[in-house]
Amino acid sequence: MKKTIITVVGRDTVGIIARVCTYLANNRINILDISQTIVQGYFNMMMIVDMNDSSKPFGDISDELAQIGEEIGVVIRCQREDIFKSMHRV
Amino acid sequence: MINIFEVNETNEMIEKENLDVRTITLGISLIDCITDDLDKLKENIFNKITVKAKDLVTTGREIEKEFGIPIVNKRISVTPVSIIGASACKSPDDFAQIAGVLDEAAAKVGVNFIGGYSALVSKGMMKAEEMLIRSIPKALSSTKLVCSSVNLGSTRTGINMDAVRLMGQIIKDTAEATKETDSIGCAKLVVFCNAPDDNPFMAGAFHGVTEADAVINVGVSGPGVVNTVLKKVRGESFEVLCETIKKTAFKVTRVGQLVAGEASRRLDIPFGIVDLSLAPTPAVGDSVADILCEIGLECVGAPGTTAALALLNDQVKKGGVMASSYVGGLSGAFIPVSEDKGMIDAVETGSLTLEKLEAMTCVCSVGLDMIAIPGDTKASTISGIIADEMAIGMVNQKTTAVRLIPVVGKGVGDKAEFGGLLGYAPIMPVNQYSCESFINRKGRIPAPIHSFKN
Repeated sequence: MKKTIITVVGRDTVGIIARVCTYLANNRINILDISQTIVQGYFNMMMIVDMNDSSKPFGDISDELAQIGEEIGVVIRCQREDIFKSMHRV
Repeated sequence: MINIFEVNETNEMIEKENLDVRTITLGISLIDCITDDLDKLKENIFNKITVKAKDLVTTGREIEKEFGIPIVNKRISVTPVSIIGASACKSPDDFAQIAGVLDEAAAKVGVNFIGGYSALVSKGMMKAEEMLIRSIPKALSSTKLVCSSVNLGSTRTGINMDAVRLMGQIIKDTAEATKETDSIGCAKLVVFCNAPDDNPFMAGAFHGVTEADAVINVGVSGPGVVNTVLKKVRGESFEVLCETIKKTAFKVTRVGQLVAGEASRRLDIPFGIVDLSLAPTPAVGDSVADILCEIGLECVGAPGTTAALALLNDQVKKGGVMASSYVGGLSGAFIPVSEDKGMIDAVETGSLTLEKLEAMTCVCSVGLDMIAIPGDTKASTISGIIADEMAIGMVNQKTTAVRLIPVVGKGVGDKAEFGGLLGYAPIMPVNQYSCESFINRKGRIPAPIHSFKN
C-alpha cells in the first residue's frame, strides 16, 4: 500500500476537517491517521491516507484538494509518504 | 509512523529554505550513432536523443507533483562530440552543425541544457578534437541550449599546455561572438582537470565513454537548509557544528536518492549516481557564502574562509555518502560567483579576490566558476589562470574547473547580467603582469610524482 500525506495549514475556521474529509470520502480515499495542532493561531493538520481504491490519478486529487484549500483559505498539500520516510528514517 | 513535526520540517525546507533537486540529468551514449556521413550522423544523433529522452521532462514533472519537491532542471548529457564526430567532421564548421542538432533535439524534448559538446585532451589532441575546440565560439553563439567542456589535464597525464594555450584564445573568441549578451557564451563553456564521467551539472556535464548506454544522474542542492539549521548552533563547538551539517546533508541527499530511484524506475533507465552538492542560486537565502558567514566569517574572503569551506565541504560529503547508494559527479560545495548572492556581495565589498577564490578551490568542489573578468584581459592571461587551476587539480588529485567570462566592453566596476540561474556578476580585477612566455612554451606539463607527499 502506498501511503500519501495530506497537510492542511492556515487560519483556523469552522469546517476545515469536514470539507477535506467529505472530499476524501467521495473519492474513496481511506484515512489511516490524523494529527492536528494549532501553532500561533494557525491550524496545522496532517493526515495519512490510502488512495489505492480511488480511481482518480494522483495529480488530479492533488489539484482538487489544493483548489478546496483556496476556497476555504488554507493551503492543502498532497505528497507521497516516501519523501518523509526517506528523509527521516534510516 | 511519520509524525506531524517531521512532515512540517520537510515542508519548511522546501517552502522557506529553497530545498530542491537541482537537476535530473539523463546521460545518453551517442557511440552507436557514429558514421562517416555527416548528414546521417546528424539524423542518428537527433533520433537517439529524442527517443531516449522523450519522457524525461514529463516524468520529472510527475515526480515533482507526487513528492512535492521542485526539480529545477531536467537536462541531457551526451558522449563527447569530438569522438562522435571524428569520422564525419572534416572542419570546425562540420562540428558546429552537430551543435545545431543537439540544440534542436534538446528543444524538442524540452530540457533546459544539453552538455557534451566536449573534448578530452588531457594528454594530446586528435585533429578532430582540435577542430571541435576551434568550433566552440561558433557552436555556442549559434545555439541556446548547448554546453561545452574541455578536459585539459589529469593527475595521471599531466596538463596539456598546448590545449590550455588554445582555450585561452577560444574563451576570448566565444566572448566576442556573444558580446551582445554580456559574453554569455562563456557561461556555457568550462575547462577541467580530472573531469568526471558522470557529472550531472552544467556546463561541464558529459556522458563518459565508461558509462552505459543511458543513465540517470541527479544533483541535489540545499544551501538554504544548511544555513537555517546552523543558525540554531551559533557559538557551539566544531563537533556540534560538523554533526549538524552532516545530519542536514544526509536529509537533503536522501531526497535526491529517492528522486533518482523514482526517475530511474519510471523511465526504465539505470540509476547512475547522486552528486552530493551544495549548489547555490542567486535567490536570497540560497547561498553557500551565507553558510560560511554563519560558520563565523564576517564576509567571505576573510581569513578563515578556506578552513571554513574545507570543513563544510567535508561534512557535506560525510553526511551525503551514507544517504546514497552511489555517489559521484562533482560532489561538494560549489562556489560560483554570479550564481550566489553572498559571493557577489563579497566581491562588491572588496573582501573576495580572484586569488582567494583560487585558494578556496583547493578544498572544495570544482573551481573558478562564473567569474566575470575585464573584456580586455589577454588570452595568455586567461590561459595562465587556467593553468594555475589545472595544477591545483592535478597535484591534489581532485576535479578543478575554470569558467571565466571576459565580458567584452566591460571593465572593473561594471556588472555583467546573465539572467536566471546564471545570475549577475561584478567584473573582478585580474593581475596585470604577463605570463605570455610561460604560456607560449609548447608541449605539456608532466604528471606529478605520487610519492613524497609534502
